[in-house]
Amino acid sequence: MVDLSKIIPLNPQIQRRDFLKGALLASLAGCTNHDPFTTQAKKESVKPSGQMVKLLSTTGEIIEVDKAYLKPTEEIPSISNMAERMGIEGKKFVMVIDLSRCRNLKKCQEACNHAHFVSDHQNWIKVYPMQDGEKTAPYWQPTTCMHCDDPPCVKVCPVDATFKRQDGIVGIDADRCIGCRFCMAACPYSTRVFNWDTPIIPQAVKDLPYSSETSCPPKIGTVSKCDFCPDKARNGELPHCVTACPNGVFFFGDLNEDSITNGSETMRFSDLIRDRSGYRLMEELGTKPSVYYLPPVDRLFPFKNEENS
Amino acid sequence: MSSNKIITDLLPQKFGKTGLIWTAILILLCLNGLYCYIKQIRFGLGVTGLRDYASWGIYISNFVFFVAISLVGSLITAIFRLTGVEWRTPLTRISEIIAVSAILFASLIIIVDMGRPDRFWHLFVYSRLQSPIMWDVIVITTYLTLSVLFLYFPLLADIPILIKNSKPGSAIQKFYKFIGAFWKGTAEQFRISENAVKTISVMIIPIALAIHTVTSWLFATTYRPGWDSTNFGAYFVSGAFLVGAGGVVVAMYVFRRAYQLEAYITDKHFNNMSKVVVMLALLYLYFNVNEYLVPAFKMKKAEEHHLHSLFTGEFSLLFWSAIILGMIVPVIVLLFPKGRKPFPAFIMGLLVVVGAWFKRFLIVTPTMLSPFLPMHDVPESYKHYTPTWEEWSITIGSLAGTLLIITIFTRLFPIIPIHETIEEMEHSKPEKHEAN
Repeated sequence: MVDLSKIIPLNPQIQRRDFLKGALLASLAGCTNHDPFTTQAKKESVKPSGQMVKLLSTTGEIIEVDKAYLKPTEEIPSISNMAERMGIEGKKFVMVIDLSRCRNLKKCQEACNHAHFVSDHQNWIKVYPMQDGEKTAPYWQPTTCMHCDDPPCVKVCPVDATFKRQDGIVGIDADRCIGCRFCMAACPYSTRVFNWDTPIIPQAVKDLPYSSETSCPPKIGTVSKCDFCPDKARNGELPHCVTACPNGVFFFGDLNEDSITNGSETMRFSDLIRDRSGYRLMEELGTKPSVYYLPPVDRLFPFKNEENS
Repeated sequence: MSSNKIITDLLPQKFGKTGLIWTAILILLCLNGLYCYIKQIRFGLGVTGLRDYASWGIYISNFVFFVAISLVGSLITAIFRLTGVEWRTPLTRISEIIAVSAILFASLIIIVDMGRPDRFWHLFVYSRLQSPIMWDVIVITTYLTLSVLFLYFPLLADIPILIKNSKPGSAIQKFYKFIGAFWKGTAEQFRISENAVKTISVMIIPIALAIHTVTSWLFATTYRPGWDSTNFGAYFVSGAFLVGAGGVVVAMYVFRRAYQLEAYITDKHFNNMSKVVVMLALLYLYFNVNEYLVPAFKMKKAEEHHLHSLFTGEFSLLFWSAIILGMIVPVIVLLFPKGRKPFPAFIMGLLVVVGAWFKRFLIVTPTMLSPFLPMHDVPESYKHYTPTWEEWSITIGSLAGTLLIITIFTRLFPIIPIHETIEEMEHSKPEKHEAN
């Protein structure tokens, strides 16, 4: 049996799921030294077209397959909608944002917007200049979706388009959303954005089936927001904001393992929160966020607000 | 007054020149709204002035306005009925048709506000009962059904009169026969109808309170400053009764003028309805004091931006106009017997209705522009809300639509119940029998 997920496209530009737009002919069982495409095509007596396509095999070899042997089918998302709504078993994702390291570079925002095709003027990650009291010190506060354990947005959604997964992530099913924007009114963190116009995105992305794990492609008339990049988590990778931040502001991890990492430093979540007095935003509202903040003490950078000066 | 005279006075009349121009204008406004809505469907909600912060605007405030004014049906017809207010008879059908047309357009305008109206059916297939939107869907459809029945049952007694007085074989007569030929006016039918109306009058009051309470919960179930209030249900219901009563005063005046109904809608009706308006305006003012002055006394940080925007900021002109012109001035004018004459009462009614519309806007949008985390790093257009002409066209189109329904209804049916009026004349003045 050939594992489809192990065959990766030659052109790394093409997304994983974009590959094998033409999926394989029927069953691939029983292939030996030949490539499975040719073996199966011969069984079903498909006429070769003469046009060859290069593919990378499971063993890392480049194989040439006749184009006619690839059968175009409806693209099947690697994970079903049901599985996406369930989430990753045994995980409880958590983020820690270290305010003492943030200097408003917005590399997180840039990477996030780019990866999720966020429309102009909109951001999933917002970086606020905060000053809690008149005489208190200002600081930069990046916000993602808080992925609340008692999410006000999920409570008000009339069609279950936004949902809470068992791994703690609050996801959005853009194929389900009716665009009533009640969730936007309900969210106290102003996390959600709405696709007011037709999103400007490459055709290849537009043709993909929607996945709540990539939140792509964004769809007109629906709400979208930070999704904690569960597609990356499934591959054992970190969210875009975490990897993009040069100062290691964002830590991401699993509460069940009690470990978080910003890519270069890995720590015990409970130790970090205890030693650095971690807190959550608007605790008094009872939303129980999954995002924790470390207060802006012993800062790496002075607060400079170029935007206002 | 003889029953023949009552019948000729109250039968629906063909549109005069003014009626035709009025209807034509309404149709044009509706078509313009429809055109803009088609544009909105093609290009998305981007054609509106709505953006991520002010994501609810005049569509939602218009929705709240429609739901509010529709409560008048239950006020005049049911509450007045149960409390034995005798002078209500000429006002019942007016208020009920206002209720039906308003609640109909409330459900349409909420679809207009949806980003994906093509997925309207998701509400039924994937409905989650936890969401206040589903509660609204349920109570609004219930209220619409009950209101239609509440309009229809008392109408039945008038149908034989309408059939008798319309041209035999004409389309309109066929229509009357279609909707009410089964009504023979037997004692048994009257008994059933009377019982049905009685049952609905009792049922419709909790439903009416529910539709506007649930509508207020669309806001009050969130954390936002200005909405996060335990008072919101009562606040909304009292405001709804006020705008409904104001609407009825306006409609009374217009119908009286247009159809020369001075003998039926008398100065006494204006006098009494004006007193009702005063009482309701005071009640609504009371809730406004609670909603604004109590938070203002504390000036919590989250509330501060919102309250300042209303009291002294970008919404202050609108806010104080709505409070002063929409509530305080009507109370003062209508306290005087001269102010309760038809014309001044009509003007005050207009102030109440227009003020109420803007009040709904002031409830919805300023709160959305006062988020917990400051609006930062967004274009200037995101920080303010200015409805586009498409939005105005659709909103005005929907308001014209309700007026059009009321107009067409008046063309087809007597706006003052004929049968009930005759009955009442006969009961209250036995000597009338001699005149017959």
